[in-house]
Amino acid sequence: MKTFRSPGLWLTLGIVIVAAGFPLLAGSASLREMMFVVLMSVTLASSLNILLGYTGYVSFGHIVFFGLGGYVGFYTMAELGWNLLPATLAGGVAAAVLAFLLGKSILRLRGAYFALATIGINEALKAFVNNFGPFGGPTGMELHFSVYKNYGGATQALWTTYWGLVLITLLVVLTSFLVKRSKFGLGLMAIREDEDAAEVMGVVAPDAKTWAFVLSAIFPGLIGVLFFFKNGNIEPEDAFRLQLSIEMIVMLMLGGQGTVLGPVIGGATYQRVRGFLLTSPIFKNMQLAVAGLLLLLIVLFIPSGAVGWLRARNDTLRRLLE
Amino acid sequence: MILELKNVTKQFGGLTAVDNVSFSLPKGQILGLIGPNGAGKTTLFNCISGVYSLTSGQVIFNQQDITDCKPYHAAHLGLARTHQIVRPLNELTVRENVTVGACFGREDHGLVEATRIADEIMEFVGLEERADVLAGSLNVAQKKRLEMARALAARPYLLLLDEVLAGLNLSEVAEMLDTIYQIQEKGISIIMIEHIMHAVMNVSDHVIVLNYGELIAEGTPEAVAENPQVIEAYLGSPELADKLLED
Ligand SMILES: Nc1ncnc2c1ncn2[C@@H]1O[C@H](COP(=O)(O)OP(=O)(O)O)[C@@H](O)[C@H]1O
Ligand SMILES: [Mg+2]
Repeated sequence: MKTFRSPGLWLTLGIVIVAAGFPLLAGSASLREMMFVVLMSVTLASSLNILLGYTGYVSFGHIVFFGLGGYVGFYTMAELGWNLLPATLAGGVAAAVLAFLLGKSILRLRGAYFALATIGINEALKAFVNNFGPFGGPTGMELHFSVYKNYGGATQALWTTYWGLVLITLLVVLTSFLVKRSKFGLGLMAIREDEDAAEVMGVVAPDAKTWAFVLSAIFPGLIGVLFFFKNGNIEPEDAFRLQLSIEMIVMLMLGGQGTVLGPVIGGATYQRVRGFLLTSPIFKNMQLAVAGLLLLLIVLFIPSGAVGWLRARNDTLRRLLE
Repeated sequence: MILELKNVTKQFGGLTAVDNVSFSLPKGQILGLIGPNGAGKTTLFNCISGVYSLTSGQVIFNQQDITDCKPYHAAHLGLARTHQIVRPLNELTVRENVTVGACFGREDHGLVEATRIADEIMEFVGLEERADVLAGSLNVAQKKRLEMARALAARPYLLLLDEVLAGLNLSEVAEMLDTIYQIQEKGISIIMIEHIMHAVMNVSDHVIVLNYGELIAEGTPEAVAENPQVIEAYLGSPELADKLLED
């Protein structure tokens, strides 16, 4: 397969693998916790990229899939006694189904209307879960500590969760690449550039957009389950955090939307910067303001993000970076 | 017949942009569609290609009723068009633009075969040297060719050309006309909207004239050019009418 000879794919996968391997080499739990946040950001940004970067639809409420997936997976573990693996898959499926149903309705909206609708859906689902008895209402659900025994104790469970996340991150990078290089992806990019012209050329935009939305929803759904499993409890305020939704967009724009490497770089950089800001008392309460300012600066000065900017420099970089 | 329109009407609020238009186009012919600005020519293309839904009437393409088809359905059946105001996919390369046409058009090719067809078509319309640049960086004449290339890459049965000659200089017009003849030789039927009279009159097998949305005349280029109603309604001024007759 010629497609797999792309240096850009291997470069991106290599970066993820090397970064993900550090905590193991160092045997360090704190390094692992740091990388967990980084990889989670990379996955969120990469999955959003399939919708925003390739298809051109800005989803402001994308975190709804993380929250819903987290809730459904958590419910199967806490209430039905499922294992982490099937629970994670259930979270992914739940997110995909929601995206499919939404895709048929709200993807008809364009531009700002679509963006606003996604925020509305996140808030609506948060309100629903707040009042939904089986999910524990406003107080959410907890995992009994003994659950972790099934995974060889709490420490081992944390490592297992971490490797699950690494696997999902590699999968999302691979998916993002394969979509970009496929006929399906070409259709998405045609929609991004001019949806009406794309339809005139035969692209079945309603279907293509729906599948892009579904793909971009699955991964947040999967990692929502891992995140809350590790967390031990889940609450509406944590699951449907609009702030994280906005940060996803910042990470993606920072690294470069429409590229495979961009969300990886953007997610990692943003989380490192944020980690630094959190330790500084002056910035601690201004994270969102900083994120907003950053987004503004990116849109004004490097609208194609770091990787997009580099790719536009010369042909070698264009070939090397995907 | 490749295309038949029966009493096609399109209204925008109170404005009737296309008014009860009927005509038919035999396979393999070039039909010239002329009329003053605002006559409803582009709107008629939008009605045929499924971009607008009709207020009333019927569109039959290749024995199939496509009146309620979406643009992509019409494309899959073998109908392709260009846009008067060009619509390049700016951030994609020229090759990718043309590949979209081949991928999603009538023959529904995979990427590899579609890219091969794109290369062939780019050479045919003379864009091969620009294949790897972004479509947004082309000049107007090249963008018009790109519109044409994308439409051709779909391997359509019927091609709708909306003012592909407008804004081109004399030699570019000559090249484009040559390309249009070659397309016809491939057996593709064409409807072309055009303002450059000598071009339409030379190229078309048949001409129809729209004025305020109504079809006011049809026939051979010669017959239409001499039709007093056309001269009066279409051109409005005697000098221009003389010019039409000279051409
Ligand atoms: N989408 C639209 N909404 C409202 N009016 C329109 C629309 N499209 C075209 N029109 C009107 O329909 C008439 C015909 O326009 P058009 O088909 O573009 O003319 P032509 O291509 O013959 O110059 C014009 O009066 C134009 O303003
Ligand atoms: Mg027009």
